[in-house]
Order: sequence, then C-alpha cells, then structure tokens
Amino acid sequence: MAKVSKKQAIKKVKKTKKKSDSAEETLAAVPTVAYDEEEEEEEEDLNGNFSGEEDEEDERRRQKLLEAISSLGGNRRKRLGERSEAAVQMSEFGVSVDGEGRKIQLSELIPKSAPVKTQKQLKTLQASTRTVDSPLSKQETERIQRDLAFQKTAEEVTRWKSLIRQNERAEQLVFPLNQEPSGPRPVDRVALGWMAQTPLEQEVFAVLTANKQPVHDPLLTPEEEASVKAMSLGEAKIRRAELQKARALQSYYEARARRDRKIKSKKYHKVQNKAKRKDLLKQFDHMVQTDPAAALEELKKMEVARMQERMSLKHQNSSKWARSKAIMAKYDQDARNAMQQQLDINKELTQKVVTALNDDQEEEEQEEEVMPECINDAEEADAANPWMRGRLSQDPEDNEKTEDLTVEVENKGGEEEEEEEEEEEGEEEALLRKFDSRRKQRRAEEEEAAAAAAVESAEEEHKDDDEELTEFTNLLRRRQQEEEQTKVETGNPAPLLEEGLMRVRTLEEVEQLGQDPGSEENPVAADPEPALPPTEPPPETRKASKSKKRKRGIELQEVLTKQTKVIAVPLAPTAEDVEDGGAEELDQRGLIQEAFAGDDVVSDFLKDKRKQEEAGRPKVVDLTLPGWGEWGGTGIQPSRKKRRRFRVKPNPPPYRKDKNLPSVIISEQRNSAISLHRVSALPFPFENHAQFESTIRCPLGRTWNSERTVQKVTRPRVVTTLGAIIEPMSREELLKDQTKGDSGEKSNTNPVKEKNTHHKHKAGNKQKQKKK
Amino acid sequence: MFSVFFINTWVLIAVPTDHLHVLNKIKTVFSNALFSFRRQMKVKVLSRNPDDYVRETKHDIQRVPRNYDPNLHPFEVSREYTRALNATKLERVFAKPFLASLDGHRDGVNCMAKHTKSLSTLLSGSCDGEVKIWNLTKRECVRTLQAHEGFVRGMVVRFCGTSFFTVGDDKTIKQWKMQAPGYGEEEEPLNTILGKTVFTGLDHHQKEGVFATCGQQVDIWDEQRSSPIRSFTWGVDSFSSVRFNPVETELLASCASDRSIVLYDMRESAPLKKVIMTMRSNTVCWNPMEAYHFTCSNEDYNLYTYDMRYLDQPITVHMDHVSAVLDVDYSPTGKEFVSASFDKTIRIFPKDGGHSREVYHTKRMQHVICIKWSSDNKYILSGSDEMNIRLWKANASEKLGVLAPRERAAVNYNQKLKEKFQHHPQIRRITRHRHLPKTIHHQTKELRVMREARRRKERNVRKHSKPGAVPVVSEKEKHVVTVVK
Repeated sequence: MAKVSKKQAIKKVKKTKKKSDSAEETLAAVPTVAYDEEEEEEEEDLNGNFSGEEDEEDERRRQKLLEAISSLGGNRRKRLGERSEAAVQMSEFGVSVDGEGRKIQLSELIPKSAPVKTQKQLKTLQASTRTVDSPLSKQETERIQRDLAFQKTAEEVTRWKSLIRQNERAEQLVFPLNQEPSGPRPVDRVALGWMAQTPLEQEVFAVLTANKQPVHDPLLTPEEEASVKAMSLGEAKIRRAELQKARALQSYYEARARRDRKIKSKKYHKVQNKAKRKDLLKQFDHMVQTDPAAALEELKKMEVARMQERMSLKHQNSSKWARSKAIMAKYDQDARNAMQQQLDINKELTQKVVTALNDDQEEEEQEEEVMPECINDAEEADAANPWMRGRLSQDPEDNEKTEDLTVEVENKGGEEEEEEEEEEEGEEEALLRKFDSRRKQRRAEEEEAAAAAAVESAEEEHKDDDEELTEFTNLLRRRQQEEEQTKVETGNPAPLLEEGLMRVRTLEEVEQLGQDPGSEENPVAADPEPALPPTEPPPETRKASKSKKRKRGIELQEVLTKQTKVIAVPLAPTAEDVEDGGAEELDQRGLIQEAFAGDDVVSDFLKDKRKQEEAGRPKVVDLTLPGWGEWGGTGIQPSRKKRRRFRVKPNPPPYRKDKNLPSVIISEQRNSAISLHRVSALPFPFENHAQFESTIRCPLGRTWNSERTVQKVTRPRVVTTLGAIIEPMSREELLKDQTKGDSGEKSNTNPVKEKNTHHKHKAGNKQKQKKK
Repeated sequence: MFSVFFINTWVLIAVPTDHLHVLNKIKTVFSNALFSFRRQMKVKVLSRNPDDYVRETKHDIQRVPRNYDPNLHPFEVSREYTRALNATKLERVFAKPFLASLDGHRDGVNCMAKHTKSLSTLLSGSCDGEVKIWNLTKRECVRTLQAHEGFVRGMVVRFCGTSFFTVGDDKTIKQWKMQAPGYGEEEEPLNTILGKTVFTGLDHHQKEGVFATCGQQVDIWDEQRSSPIRSFTWGVDSFSSVRFNPVETELLASCASDRSIVLYDMRESAPLKKVIMTMRSNTVCWNPMEAYHFTCSNEDYNLYTYDMRYLDQPITVHMDHVSAVLDVDYSPTGKEFVSASFDKTIRIFPKDGGHSREVYHTKRMQHVICIKWSSDNKYILSGSDEMNIRLWKANASEKLGVLAPRERAAVNYNQKLKEKFQHHPQIRRITRHRHLPKTIHHQTKELRVMREARRRKERNVRKHSKPGAVPVVSEKEKHVVTVVK
C-alpha cells in the first residue's frame, strides 16, 4: 500500500519537475499529503481524455485501484496521521520516514531504464554540495508580485503614449471624439459619381468643357493665366510704390493745408495770398528765362485754376457778402467801390470767354478735335462686362440727339462736314496721323504765304507752327520767335512796348489760337465770334471789328494785374492740349503735381532731419569762469588759454543709422510710451527673438489674409459641441490609432515599443538588485 | 423772353414762337457752348462690373474687396495689438461666471454625481443623509430622498444612467433607481448592502457592473453579490477616496490616510504601488483622455499631477490655493481640471500649468467640499458647506447658447489674438488680474513671504556649509517622501 502511494508521489514529482520554478515553489509550500487522492484522480482524468480505448482501460484500472484501496481499509488514515508525529525530518513530498536512518537515493526515484542523459545529470547533481535556498518571506514575495503586476500595467498603459502625444500636438481636437463627420463632403467626391442629366445641366457642362474651364485644381483657364502673366510683378511693384509715395505726400500736404485753413484771420490769408502770387510771378519770370518747358507747364496750371474760378459763381455779386454790400452801396462809397471791384474781377474773368470761344471757332475749323462721342460714355476697358455693354447698346437716342447738335454746329462752318467723317473714326492714333499730315500741308502753305506776307502775319504763321509741333519743338520755336519779335518791335514802336515781350506774345498767341488752317483761308469767319457775348453783332461785322477787338483786349489787359497777363499767354496751348490729348496729360501724376505745386516737402524734411541731427550731437561744455584769475567785467572775454583748458570737447557724435539714407530719419531714442507695450523678456516656448518676432509679425485677421487662411489660422484648439456629452477616451481609439500608425507612420510607434522594452529591462534590473 | 432750364444733362429751352430769330441765335450759342463744354470737360465715368460688388440676395454679406499685399499694410501688428488689447478688456468685462445657486439642502453638500447620460441632471448628497436630484436647466430640485442616516459619503451613477449608488455613514451601500417612484409608491432602494465598516468613497466601473468602495480597505464589488469580490489592504487604516481609471477601466487609485496614494489593478490580487507624500491627499481624479495621468488634491494647499508609471515625482505641482484642497475634477476634454478648496474658492488649472487660470468665489460661498465639471465641458458645479450647489461657467466670459457663424469667427479670432499677444505686458496684466477676497489676498501674500523666507534660509544654509552638503531640492521632489513597491 505504501508502495502504491510512493509511486504516485514519484509520478507527481516527475510531472512537477517539468513545470516552472515558481510552480515548484508553490508546490513546495503546500503539503501534498492531503490531496494525494484528488490529484491522482485528476491525473487519471487527464489520461482519460486522450482516447476512448484508453478511457475504458483507465476505468478498469481505476476500479482495480479502488478495490485495492478499499481492501487496504483504514490503514491509510493512520498513515496520514503520521504527519502529526514529531519527525525530525519531514519530506516535503509527503514521503513518510519509513526507515528512519535510511536515505532515499535519488537514483531510486528514477527508473533504471532512464536515458543516459538524465543519469548523467543525476550524477552531477549528486556531486554538487550546494543546498537549495529557503523560500522568500511573505512580504518579499508579495512585493515581487506587486512589482510584476505594476510592470505589466505600466506596459499596458504605455500603449496610450503615442495617442496622448498626438493629441497634445494636435492643432485642433474635436470633442466628443468618435463623431461622424457632419459637414459637407468634399466636392470631388460628390462630383465623382455625378452625371449631367437635365438639359440645362448638359448645356452648362458643354459650355464648361468648351471653355476648358478647369473644375478641380487650377482655378484659372489658360487665357486667364496668360492675362495674369501679362503684367510683370516688378512693374506692378514699382507702380504701387509710386502710388504709395504719392498718397503719403498727399496726406502730408492735406494735413498742412488743414492747419493753414484753421487760421481764421482774413488779413493773414490776404497777405498770404498776395505773397504767394508775387512769389509765383517772380518764379515764373525766372522760369521763362531758364526753363521754358516748366514755365509752360506752370501756365497750364494757372489756366486750369483760372478756368475753375470762372466756372464757380465767385465774383458774381450774388454772395451773401455781395448782397449786404448792395444794400450798403447806396450810402457807402467803400461798399460801392468794393462792389465795383468785384464786378471788375468778374468782367475780367468773363473776358476769358473770348479765348474759350476762340477755341470753339477753332473747333469749327478743325473739327477733328471734337471729342468722339464715345469718350463721354463709359470706357470700353471692361469689354467683358455685360452690364456695361447692355447699357451702351441701348443708347441710340442719345447719340441721335447729340448728332443733331453737331449738325447745327456744322451749318456754321463750311468744311465741317468733311471733317465729321474723320471724327467718326474716333481712334486717337488715326487722328494724330491726320493731324500730322494736315499740319505738314499747312506748314507748306504758310511758308509760301509767309514769304509775301507782312511781318505780323509771319509772326502768326510761326505761332501756327508752334501749335502744331510737339511741346519741345514748341519751346524752341518760341525762342526764335522772341528774337524775331524783338526785332519787329524795335522796327515799329507800339504802345505795347512798355508791357514787355511777354505780353505782346501772349496777344499774338491768343490770336493765333483763333487762327487755324481753316481760318487762314477764311479768317474773317473764324476770329471775331468767340470774343463776343451772345448779344454781339452777327459774324458779318466781325471781320471789321477784328483789329478793334484786339485792341480792346489789350486795353483790358492793361487794366488787369500782371498775373492775368501772364495767364493770358498760354491759354491757347493749354486749351489745345486739353483738346488733343486731355486724357493722357491730365492723368494722376499731373493732378498730384498740381496739388503739390509750391509745397516743398523735401526741403521741410531735410530741415527736420538736420534739426534732429543737431539735437543728437553732444554739446560743448563750457566750464570757464569769467573773471576767475584774470580781469572781469562786461565785454571781457576769458583768455584763449583758459578757454582751451576749460571747454570740454564733446565726443564725436554717435553713428547715425540714417547717415547715408537721405530720405529717412531714424530715431533711436527710447520711447517710454511704447516700451509700456513691449515684451521685455523672451517668453518661454521661444528659443530666440527672431522666432518670437516672426510669430508676432504674421497677422491673423481678415484684413490681411484671405478668408480661407483666416479660418485656418484662427481654428480653436479645442472644439466641443453644444449639449453633447464627452465620453472618456475608449480603447477603440487606441486601436484606431494603432492601425493608423501601422499603415501610415511606423516610425511613430517604434519608439514606444523601444521604450517599453527599455522599461522592462529597467524593472528587471531593479528586481535583480533587490534579490541580491 | 425765354427761359432756360438745366435738367440733369438736358437743356430745355422755352421760347415764344414769334421770336424765331432769337431761337436761331440761342441754338447757335448753345451748340457752341455745348461743344466747348464737351471738348474741355471730359466726363469720366467709373466703369465697374456689378457682379463684383452686388450681392445676390440681401441676406448675403456685403463683399469687401481687399488687397492683401503686406506693403500696403504697414501697421498690421499695431492694429492687431490694439484689437488684442480690446479683446482682452472685453473678456474681462464679460467675465461673469456665476450662473445659479441651487438651494434646498438642509445641511452641507458632501458629495455630488454627474448623470452619465443626461447633461441636465445632477445628484447631490448632503451631510444629513439626504440625496437630491436636480434639473439644471430649470434649476430646481426634482426629487429628494433620505438615503442614509448620517453623511452621504459617496455617490455615483451607473454607466447606463438608470440607477445610482450611495454610501453613507451608516455602513450601507444602496442602489437606487434613477426614476422617481410612482404615485403612492415608497422611496426604496433597489438594493442594500450592509458592510462591516463605514464607507468613505465610491466609484463605478466605466463599462461593467462592478463598483469600488473605500473605507478601512478598498473593496471591489460585483453588483450581483452582497460581498466584495476583492479587497485590497496595504497596511493602512483608512482611505478617503477611490477612483476608477476611465480609460484603462481596470485600474484604480485611492488616497489613504497615511499620506499615500495607492494604485490598484482590479484583475490583480494585490495593489500595484503606492507613493507617500508629505501631506495627506484628499481626493484623486484620473484624466479622462490620458490613461496614465491623475491629479490629487492635497492638504498642503497644492494639487499634484502624476504619471502613474513614474510616481517618484509629480509631473506638475499646481499651487495657488491658500488652504487644503478638498476636491478635484477633470474637464471631459482632459485639458484642464477644477479644484475645490477649504479657502472658499474654486480654481481652474490647466493640466500642465503650475498656476490657476481662473479663480471663482462669491461672498456667500463657504468651504467648497465637492466639485464637478459637466460632461459637455461648459459648466462647473460646486457643492459647499453652506448647503448650496452653485453653477458656474467653465469659461467665465463665454457667451452661452448658439453662436452665429460670424460671431463664432469673431470669438475665434479674438481668442487667437489674445494667445498671440499674451506675453505683452499690458495684455498680460489685464488677463491675469482677478479680484480676490481680502482674506485670501492676505493669505496669499503671507504664504509668499513664508516661502520666500524658507528659500532664503535654505540658500543661506547652503552658502555656509560644505558644497554639496545641502543639495538643491526641486519643488517637485520636495513633496514625495517615498515610493513603496
């Protein structure tokens, strides 16, 4: 019986030996005696699982065994009871100490038929004298268990690392996390499976394909791209810079003007104006001598100013002031005088109509100059603009009406009709070409005529030529003319002498303006009309009054101030200029120049700069004490020696950054008002100033960025949905992340794994240390 | 004799018929005049395509064409700075976080629980054993039940939202239906478990029918059984709070009265690890978005955020409170957390920031005992000693309700501006300024002085001792005594 149990125990040992060390330990701790039977059964159960035959056999065997056990009777219980005896040596395998002194040999535990290998192992085991360590204390085992468990969980938890990192770096997090994207799907995806069905859709598609309109990526058609390329970037930049400068100047000027305007004193303004006028005159005189081209320009400007004044209702005695004066006039000589003065001015101004009407006459004679009808229409630049096109085509009535008017005008001038056709061509180039050819003709004619004509007429011819030439040649001509004129004037002295060359010329020029190629042939009809107000005698009488009128003009001008005289000269050219190429010449730049005439911004700026430089320069410190060590008193200067000694020479001025920049003032003074708003130290996440400044420099708002960019830049870090419960992170997220990581970026997940293993190693090392 | 009208561009001339010669004359004059006019005054017309600027319907926004060339906008930074400054000021102007006070409890509010499925429902338990269920939208109590004798120590709603658990001083765990009993029915718990000791805390598993209690030990209970399926002890007498990890749902953390925080795994038979700090922690809260981060509120006025893998020192020490911190709760986004303190204030901390971004207080609010951050990230609920539950906005200046798209865009833009210029002194000054009650203000000052004195002394000691003898200990290291494995 004892044998049986022994055998079973041996079997058990064999089994357990194959298992891990830890299992052995636990087994060692548990007394096996009490469980013998159960385990045996278990074992048999295990065996029984293999096959049906074996099962039956086992069953039989078991029966046998049971019988044997039952035949053994209560003997076994007694055996078990043996354990309670105070035995010196108790086998932990429940092997009873049968023979007291007899030791169980290891070889007995192994069948003799065991392989050679195990026998060898057995021998070496017997040879070794080392005893087995005693089991660890409960606390220590628990600690090890805890440590292992902790490592396991730590590892488990570390799986989240990449996801957490990712969320930390994410530009935007949308909560709740596992939401279905609710927004509209991208167009591409929608359009992929879409077909044009209705006729309208098909039509649209046909149009799109015909125009090669790209649907997806490049938004511009080939034509559009070409047009975009047409204007080079550099050009555009230069142009913009110019405009910018002009605007800056303008604002500066405006500010100044506003300041001036605030001064209420009338006297001040009067004086100012007078001074200005004088200045201008002086300048102009000077300019005529030195720079005739600029003078001409100036004249043009003056003329424009004059025209504007004439257009206004000034000096019409209709103002409030004038009305009040009218009441006073009965009693007050001064008021009467003032009114008279006003009227005179008015007269003078209206006198200008003479030239204006002269222009009209010219127009009659050279009708090409009449602006084509389309000019006053909206400019054709925007041909693609369907709205504008529609409007233009709908205005035939207007055209007819204007034509009526022109026809009436034509009735006056004989040649007009021929010219009208030319006019209709409308295009500037064509016109210019015609002008040129005609001028050449005229010149030829005039030259012929000039040979026979009187001195005066010769002058006129020259003037004529002048008109027709370009400005530059015009100026040259004028020089010659002047010389001629002086000769003429010396020849036959006239009352105009006193007035000076200028004046004579102006008159001449005025006349010449009236004289056109057409008017040469028919001078009588041309000249007189413009000078006359509506109530003037009919054209028949004009011829006779021509010379008279001229004289009268002179007289009038004698009455006028000098400046008006000056203005009278260039009127013709300016007027003509306006007629010819008004659109070109009165462009933006011209306007700006006009606006800033007489405003010396540059010198002001230079003055400013010099002042600042002066202020920045260190001063000489004079420490001389007058009267100390020598005679004192008024008018006595300290000696040179003393001065040299006690005057502290300043250091050389610090280098100015704007030294070589003529158009810039750089002030390096600390401004306390600004420093209040400046960041004093580099904030944390930034590594250098450049980094920080660059973030500050790039703007976020829609004033500076396109809508798309703004949306992108101002996306909030965290987006939550109103009224939606945000669940904590779930394990599915981790799975999602892992699959994403596997497919997309393997490098991202790798470090985590590495870290894990590293962590494990660390833990293992610690354990080892503990054990030691 | 005749009269002339200038109407717009047309000239009307009225002449009596018997003065034909006059008429002729006028004609000539006018034609001349018109010609001269046309010649001299070129009338320029702006030609624009209405497609570029006319809106299709009146509901469209007016188009504003812009030129984004940076050279045309030399003052963009200063303009944006001004905008940022204004936005900051407005933020302070509109910062009115207090929304409502829910009163009705007859004793201090000791614990609260968020409903897991409904945003408008809040449960609160008071020190007299009463549990109230509140409707937050109506701001009224919808149900009251006497759950325990003595304090209601802990309360938690089951993950499905159909029932909730309470533990009390009477050593019982009770499960209640969320639905109010019908008319005539008595208010009775679904389930009652009698324990051997007092329970001080309670939390429910995120997905399974398992909950944990703490008291003398930490117990894991199956809802179906009346005895715990697992008990964890580690040589300490009592625990004050226990929390399940909402992400790694099998993990737990608890605060023990021996100044330690203990970690557990529900599946293991033994606890995992514990860290002992200089002072006792009151509550612990896991970050709902980050599996291994948790924050504990400590008696030493600070909060500590730990990485559960590396307990030897906290990741961040959150300072600002001037008295013991009693409760902490994470925002559902895991970016911030809110803490309730004995100093009668509530503070909101960024999860990785050492100082609070916001402090809430009212005159009547006493020691704040429990705090919750609502699950839509919009509100904060605080229960305090003086029997009130208060509803706060999580973002003090936020406009509540639905925002129009343009409004939303403006808010986003302002937010970014504030972020961009946050380092500028003027803006920082305004954003950081908060009014504090006098006592707290003085206490803060005092604490600062004390800290400074200590630091100075340490510095002096270091200066006068052998180099290396007095090592520099960082703030993070100071508060951890040891980590026990």
